Amino acid sequence: MAEPRKDEAVDATPNTTAVETVGPVDEGAAVAAIEAPVDRGEPILQVRNLVKHFPLTLGILFKRQVGAVKAVDGISFDLYQGETLGIVGESGCGKSTVAKLLMMLETATSGEIFYKGQDITKLSGRALKAVRRNIQMVFQDPYTSLNPRMTVGDIIGEPYEIHPEVAPRGDRRKKVQELLEVVGLNPEYIHRYPHQFSGGQRQRIGIARGLALNPEIIICDEPVSALDVSVQAQVVNLMERLQDEFNLSYVFIAHDLSIVRHISDRVGVMYLGKMAEIGSDTQIYDHPTHPYTQALLSAVPVPDPEAREGRERIILTGDVPSPANPPSGCRFRTRCWKAEDKCATEVPLLAVPERFRGVDTPAAHESACHFAEEKDVVHAG
Amino acid sequence: MPDKTAAPEATEAAAKTATTTVTTAPDAVLSANAPKPEKARSLWSDAWRDLRGNPLFLISSALILLLLVISAFPGLFTSASPRDADLANHYLQPPNWGHLFAPDWFGYDGQGRSIYARVIYGARASILVGVGVTLLVTIVGTIVGMLAGYFGGLTDSLLSRITDIFMGIPFMLGALVVLTSFANRAIWVVILALVFLGWTTIARVARGAVVTIKQADYVVAAKALGGSTTRILLKHILPNALAPIIVVATIALGGYIAAEATLSYLGVGLADPTVSWGVDVSSGREQLRNAPFVLIVPSVMVSITVLAFLMFGDAVRNALDPKMR
Amino acid sequence: MITIDKAPVPAPRDAGSAGGPLLEVRDLHVEFATRDGVAKAVNGVNYTVSAGETLAVLGESGSGKSVTAQAIMGILDMPPGRIPKGEILFHGQDMLKMGAEERRQIRGRKIAMIFQDALSSLNPVLSVGYQLGEMFRVHLGLSKKEAKARSIELMDRVKIPAAAARVNDYPHQFSGGMRQRIMIAMALALEPDLIIADEPTTALDVTVQAQVMDLLAELQREYNMGLILITHDLGVVADVADKIAVMYAGRIVETAPVHELYKRPAHPYTRGLLDSIPRLDQKGQELYAIKGLPPNLLRIPTGCAFNPRCPKAQDVCRTDVPPLLQVTEQDGTELPGRGSACHFWKETLHG
Repeated sequence: MAEPRKDEAVDATPNTTAVETVGPVDEGAAVAAIEAPVDRGEPILQVRNLVKHFPLTLGILFKRQVGAVKAVDGISFDLYQGETLGIVGESGCGKSTVAKLLMMLETATSGEIFYKGQDITKLSGRALKAVRRNIQMVFQDPYTSLNPRMTVGDIIGEPYEIHPEVAPRGDRRKKVQELLEVVGLNPEYIHRYPHQFSGGQRQRIGIARGLALNPEIIICDEPVSALDVSVQAQVVNLMERLQDEFNLSYVFIAHDLSIVRHISDRVGVMYLGKMAEIGSDTQIYDHPTHPYTQALLSAVPVPDPEAREGRERIILTGDVPSPANPPSGCRFRTRCWKAEDKCATEVPLLAVPERFRGVDTPAAHESACHFAEEKDVVHAG
Repeated sequence: MPDKTAAPEATEAAAKTATTTVTTAPDAVLSANAPKPEKARSLWSDAWRDLRGNPLFLISSALILLLLVISAFPGLFTSASPRDADLANHYLQPPNWGHLFAPDWFGYDGQGRSIYARVIYGARASILVGVGVTLLVTIVGTIVGMLAGYFGGLTDSLLSRITDIFMGIPFMLGALVVLTSFANRAIWVVILALVFLGWTTIARVARGAVVTIKQADYVVAAKALGGSTTRILLKHILPNALAPIIVVATIALGGYIAAEATLSYLGVGLADPTVSWGVDVSSGREQLRNAPFVLIVPSVMVSITVLAFLMFGDAVRNALDPKMR
Repeated sequence: MITIDKAPVPAPRDAGSAGGPLLEVRDLHVEFATRDGVAKAVNGVNYTVSAGETLAVLGESGSGKSVTAQAIMGILDMPPGRIPKGEILFHGQDMLKMGAEERRQIRGRKIAMIFQDALSSLNPVLSVGYQLGEMFRVHLGLSKKEAKARSIELMDRVKIPAAAARVNDYPHQFSGGMRQRIMIAMALALEPDLIIADEPTTALDVTVQAQVMDLLAELQREYNMGLILITHDLGVVADVADKIAVMYAGRIVETAPVHELYKRPAHPYTRGLLDSIPRLDQKGQELYAIKGLPPNLLRIPTGCAFNPRCPKAQDVCRTDVPPLLQVTEQDGTELPGRGSACHFWKETLHG
C-alpha cells in the first residue's frame, strides 16, 4: 500500500507530464493519456484546491445571488493506485459533494482534479467519456440506485450499451453473468427486477454495475450505511476482495469511523467543507492531532463496555454551523475547547504541524490546527 | 393510453407472476430468498393483480370493450342506417322497449331516423374524440413536462409559464371561442381544439414526476456512466414517470367525451351530417316536451360512457398509486 | 417458552415502586396479512422492564423489534396487523384487554414514545412551543399561558439553548439534534412511567448522538423511568443499557445483562454480530461475515429461524424450535438474567 508522502506540500502542482493547457484540450492526446497504465504506488488522482459553492438565489425569472453555500471550500488530496482513501465527516461537511465533483456530476467552482495528469474538470465530449469509463461510483441507497423498471441484466449491461467498445454485443450477456458471479450472486438472476432482492443483494448489483467497465477508481459514497449490520460485513469483504482482484483504487466516503478504519489505507477528516486532518489510518486513529478528529473518535460508541470504561469522552457542544455562513478563521473554533483569538482570525493551513516537523513520529501528519497536539482517544487509558 | 400500453405490459407480467413474495409490512424485510424460483414482478404486474380482483375495473373495462367494438363495427349491432329518414311513418315514434336491438327500440327522432341506429353509430365520434384527445394530450403534455422538469432553469421557467398561460384559459369558453372560428368543424378540428386547451394538466403532472425522478440515484448513475440525455430521458425517466401520467390521462378521458357532447350540444362541436351523441342531444331539445326520449337516450349513453371511463381511471389509479393501497 | 426476566440491574438505580415490573410482555405474537400470505413479525416475545431500568432491544430490520414496540404503544395498524396471542401487562393490567379510551389515557401520559425521524414526527406548521404546550393543555387542562411557561421549562430541561427565545420557532428552524431533543421533551412532558425510544439517534451525527444519548440517560435516572431502547447499533446499546434482548425473526434469541453479552455471547447470532463489526481501536483482518440473508417473514425457516445462516447448525436445529433457556456456568451455577434460544448454547458460551 502506498505510504503517504509526508513532506509533500499540499498546494504544489502535481509533478506529472501534464502541461497546464489553458486553451482547448487536445482530445486525442487526452484520451491517450487517460488510457495509459499507471504504476502501483503512483498517484492516480490528484485533487488540488477543489471548491464548490452553491449559489443561493432569490427571484423566479430574474435570479440574483444573495450568497453561497460553501459545500467544499478548498480541498486537496492524492489517491494512489490500489489504495483506499477514506473520507469521514458529519452530515453537511461536504463529503458527498466531493464524490459528485470527482464523478464530474457537479462542475467545480474552482480547483483541479488531475487524473493521470489530465485536469478532468476541463474535459468534455470523448475525453470525458473516456474518464467516466475509469472512474465509477457505488451509491449509498441500494433502493434508489437501481432503476425499478429495468431487469438486473439491463442494469448491469447498461455500461456496455453506453460504451459499446468495451464489449461486443454478443459477449454482453456472458459478461453480465460473469459480473454477477464475481459479486456473489446467482448468474441466473439476470431477468429479475431490483425489488426482488434484499438491500445487501442490491448493493452487490450496484457494485457489479460499477465494475462493468473495468474502472481504475471507484468512488463509494456511504456504500454500507443503509445495510443491516449482519450484511455490512459481507459487502465490505466483497469490496476488499474486488480491490485486490482488479487493483482498484477506492475513495471510501462514510460517517462510520470503524468501517472506514477497517477498509482504508489513508483517511481524511472533513469539517464544514475543509479537510481537518489527513494521514494513514494509524496516524489518524491512534495519533490524531486535530481536536475535531479527537472529538469525533471519542464520540463513537464502542460495542465493548470494557474497552469503553477507560476511554475519555469529549462531548462537543452545539451543532455544526451552516456552510452558508461558516465561522471566520478556523471553522471548528465555535465548538473547539482549545480555541483562542488566533483561531478566529487566521485560517489554519493543512500541513504537518511545526512541532512535529522533522520528528519521526506518527503524529507528524497533515493537520489543520494552530494548536495541534497528539491525543489518543480510542484506546483505554 | 392505458388500454394500449399498460394492459399488454401488465398482462405479460401477470402471466409470469405465479409465486411472488415482496410486500410491505412494517419493519419487515421480506426479501426474495435466494434458492426459490421466482418470477418477475413489477409495478405493472402488481397493478394487474389488483385490477383483476376489482369489480369496478371489471365492469368498466367490459363496458369500454363493448363501446370500442360498437364504434369499430357499428354494422354488427344494427341493420338500420342512422341517416335513413322516414318522416311519413316514424316521425317521433316513441320507443318500443320490447323490441330489443330493433330499429324502433328507442323510437325515432324528429326526422324519422332510428334513435337506436344513431346511438350505435354515434359511439364512434365520442370514442374517437375521447381516445384521440387523450392520446395527443398525453404525448404533448409528457414531452413538455419532461423537458421542463429535466432541464430546469430557463427551459423550465419558459415552458412552465406557457403552461400557466394555457391553464388560465377557461376550458369550455376557450373551446367555444376556438371552435366558432372554424367554419367546417370536422371531428379532427374538435380533437385538436380540445388538445390545444387540455395538454396542460398532463404537462404539470409529468413535470412534477420528472423533477422527483431525475434526482434518483439511478439517474445519477446513468449520468456517471456517460449516458446521453436521450438515453436517460427514454430509458430511465420516462418509464418511471409513466404511472402518474397514465392515471391522470385515464381519468381525463371521460371528461373529453363529455366536453365533445357539450360542445356539440352548444352548436360549436360536431354538426349534423356527422352522427354523434352530442349532435343528437342538441336536436332532441327542440322536441323536449312531446318527445323527451329523443334527448334522453343519447344523454344516457354519454353518461354511461363517461362513467365507464371514470371508473376505469379510478381503478387504474388505485392500482398504480402505492399510496392509495 | 421460558421467561427469563428477573434480571438484576447490574448498577442498581433504586428499583422504584415496589411490587412487580412496570411492563411485562408475555408470549406476544403479531402477524400481518399481506398480498402473499401472513407475515409473522413477532412470534412469542417475552420481556419485562422495571422502573429505572433500561432494556435494549437489539435486532436488524425485520426482527420484529419495532413491531413489538408499536404493539405496546397500541399504534399498530390493524388491519393488516393482528395480535393473535399474548399479553402486555402494564402495572399488572393487560393493555390488550382494555378499551380504546382506557388505552388512550395510558398512551402519552404513562407510556411515551420517541421516534427515529424527529422531523416527520413534528407538525411542520405549528410552532414547537405550541406542540409542547398541547400536551399540557389537552392532558392537564392548563391555560395557554401556563402551558407556554411549562414548555419553556421543558425545553430548558432538555438543554435547548435560549429556550424562551426559541419557543415560537418552527421545527424546520432547528437542527436534527435539537429536534430530537424536542421529541424527548414532548415524551417527557407528562412524566411518563415508561419511554420507548425507537432508534432515537440513528439519524443523527456521531458527535450529536453522544449528546442526545447522554441526555436521555440522565433524564431517565432523574425521573426513575423505565426505558426501552430499540436499536440495531451494538455500540449505542453498550453505553446506556442495563440488559439486552437480541431479536431475530420475531423471537428473542438471547437475553443478558449488558456487560455479559459482549464478553461471552451465548447465541451464534449474537456472536456473529459482534464479530462482524470492525473495531475502532485496532486494524483487523478480514471481517467475519454472517452468511446469507435475514429470513423472509412469510417463510420463516422451520426449527431455529437462524439455522440456514448458522455455522453450528445440526439436524435438530432444522426441526425443533429452541426455547429461551436459562444459561448456566460450566459448573451449573445459574447466570442471572441470561438466556439463550440455541440448542448449542453451551458450546457457544463455553466453547
